[in-house]
Amino acid sequence: MAGLTARRARRQRAFRWTVLLVLGVFFLLPLVAMLEFTTRDGGGTWRLLVDWPRLSATYPDLSAGIVASLGQAALTALLMLVLLVPTAIWVRLRLPWLRRFVEFICLLPLTIPAIVLVVGLAPVYAWVTYFLGGSSLTLTFAYTILVLPYAYRAIDAGLSAIDVRTLAEAARSLGAGWATVMWRVVLPNIRSAVLSAAFLTVALVLGEFTIASLLNRTNVQVAINFLGKSSATMSVAVSLAALFLAFVLLLLLSLIGGGRRGGSEAAPLSTAKESP
Amino acid sequence: MNESGVAVRLKELHKAFGSLHALDGLDLAIEPGELVALLGPSGCGKTTALRVLAGLEDADAGQVLVGGRDVTSLPANRRDMGMVFQAYSLFPHLTALDNVEFGLKLRGRRRMPGRAAEMLELVGLGAFADRYPHQLSGGQQQRVALARALAIRPQVLLLDEPLSALDAKVRVQLRDEIKRIQTEVGTTTLFVTHDQEEALAMADRVGVMRAGRLEQLASPADVYQKPATAFVADFVGLSNRLPGRVDGDGVVVLGTRLPLVSPAGRGPDVAALVRPESVEVLPDADGPHRVLTVSFLGPTSRVTVSVADRLVVAQVASGRLAELAAGTPVRIELRPVPVVLDTD
Ligand SMILES: Nc1ncnc2c1ncn2[C@@H]1O[C@H](COP(=O)(O)OP(=O)(O)OP(=O)(O)O)[C@@H](O)[C@H]1O
Ligand SMILES: [Mg+2]
Repeated sequence: MAGLTARRARRQRAFRWTVLLVLGVFFLLPLVAMLEFTTRDGGGTWRLLVDWPRLSATYPDLSAGIVASLGQAALTALLMLVLLVPTAIWVRLRLPWLRRFVEFICLLPLTIPAIVLVVGLAPVYAWVTYFLGGSSLTLTFAYTILVLPYAYRAIDAGLSAIDVRTLAEAARSLGAGWATVMWRVVLPNIRSAVLSAAFLTVALVLGEFTIASLLNRTNVQVAINFLGKSSATMSVAVSLAALFLAFVLLLLLSLIGGGRRGGSEAAPLSTAKESP
Repeated sequence: MNESGVAVRLKELHKAFGSLHALDGLDLAIEPGELVALLGPSGCGKTTALRVLAGLEDADAGQVLVGGRDVTSLPANRRDMGMVFQAYSLFPHLTALDNVEFGLKLRGRRRMPGRAAEMLELVGLGAFADRYPHQLSGGQQQRVALARALAIRPQVLLLDEPLSALDAKVRVQLRDEIKRIQTEVGTTTLFVTHDQEEALAMADRVGVMRAGRLEQLASPADVYQKPATAFVADFVGLSNRLPGRVDGDGVVVLGTRLPLVSPAGRGPDVAALVRPESVEVLPDADGPHRVLTVSFLGPTSRVTVSVADRLVVAQVASGRLAELAAGTPVRIELRPVPVVLDTD
């Protein structure tokens, strides 16, 4: 009996490692190739990439794209949080019958191809350009729509994990107004969900190309694409760096999620954590 | 510590969810400092009544008066009521102490040093101040919730089945503790439960609800011994429905004349509700009835006897079970305590 389970465990472990290996080769091989390609010149490309003044002098379009992307990522994360967090909480607390509808609206961008989105956005952006100018930062509006499905999922999952209604009612009966309920009761308890939403947003925005390119705005991906025609080495190096940044963000994200779980596991009594 | 409580009055409350009338003209008056238990079957509107009183739900019609002041249109956060919920409701990101302090800080009272710690001490959890909710057992969490509700010195304390998620032993222990603390603090309290034993044990007065209305509001003894309606008699405690015949101001059941709690409305053939503890079962070789089943319940036990074509439940001291095995021929006598007639 014990031998049987041991053998099965061993077989499962072997299977797991095989899968991991195949996937690892599949994903890592291109990255290794990229790294190899960008280091053929003895590291000159990477030295240039980390030397900001020299980089912006050599490739002004690229540095502009990087700045634009960072700005877009920060603004999109901010706008997404400002719009989505209060809405999601409010819908849970006061307008539960609207939940289906809000969920539908938030998931809609997932079903619309970027190219179709652009066709619809083009006339809107004519107005945006008219009022706010042609800055690449205006892409924030389009990106906020684009990240809605992912961010909404993350925040909604966070809200599902706590008994928002009861917590809010307890706080209200203790004298808290709605603002206090949101800031001091609900938000601290969905902090990791909010961080997830923000990280996902940043990762998505850093990788966006289609909309920026078709709306004639710039960001890091557009710049990479443009650069690919003149300096292949540098464009590949920047891609790799962007990928690495996104990877680090996602790793941080999983650490935050895992850290919380680890914390409650370490507790001596973890019974009755969930409400009935 | 002892603060004089305030009177609470619910006046003609109506609340409908769609076509369902959760509250249907509920009237309830609670004396200052009193602990009233609302008792009733599931879905009769107990929680709704409590939530309307707390301001968490708006009534369609009617008034809520606290200390003579009309608070009907006041939002929950300005009603000054402490509430303990059935679901665990501690803020997960705060320690026990911070949970208790939450309401104090909000009130802007210059952080009364020691008040929160003192409240934790009162519920016997002084040593657990730094624990987070997930590090506390269910019973401990509900105690912290009680301390949190009491810390703000509320005018009214509201408890919605705070013990129902706990196991039997902790439940009884915590129930006695809540009663002790409530007596000590003197806050007017409304306690919702569907456990009649809990209601009878804790309350100064018990309100029995049915379909959004109050059927009776009286002391535990009166609710039990002099139920106002057949519903109350049936819901509070176990009752035998036995055929009887009205005879003046009494009723004759199984050959015994019993007094009535309230005069008979109609007659002469009626159904009387007789408590199991009013039924005496005596072994009798020539007895007309037989013991059907026996269930051991601890100090007392329950014996079912078949009488004609119906079952009569009797409560007997467990010491007598030896002489009342199933199949024993017996005769039945009724103690002459007042009974209620079932008019439904
Ligand atoms: N938010 C709501 N929406 C619709 N119906 C509701 C709502 N809240 C309560 N009800 C209905 O109102 C009636 C009374 O509910 P309430 O929660 O007051 O019952 P209760 O006496 O507390 O029952 P229990 O002992 O099961 O807790 C029930 O039939 C319930 O289904
Ligand atoms: Mg209820």
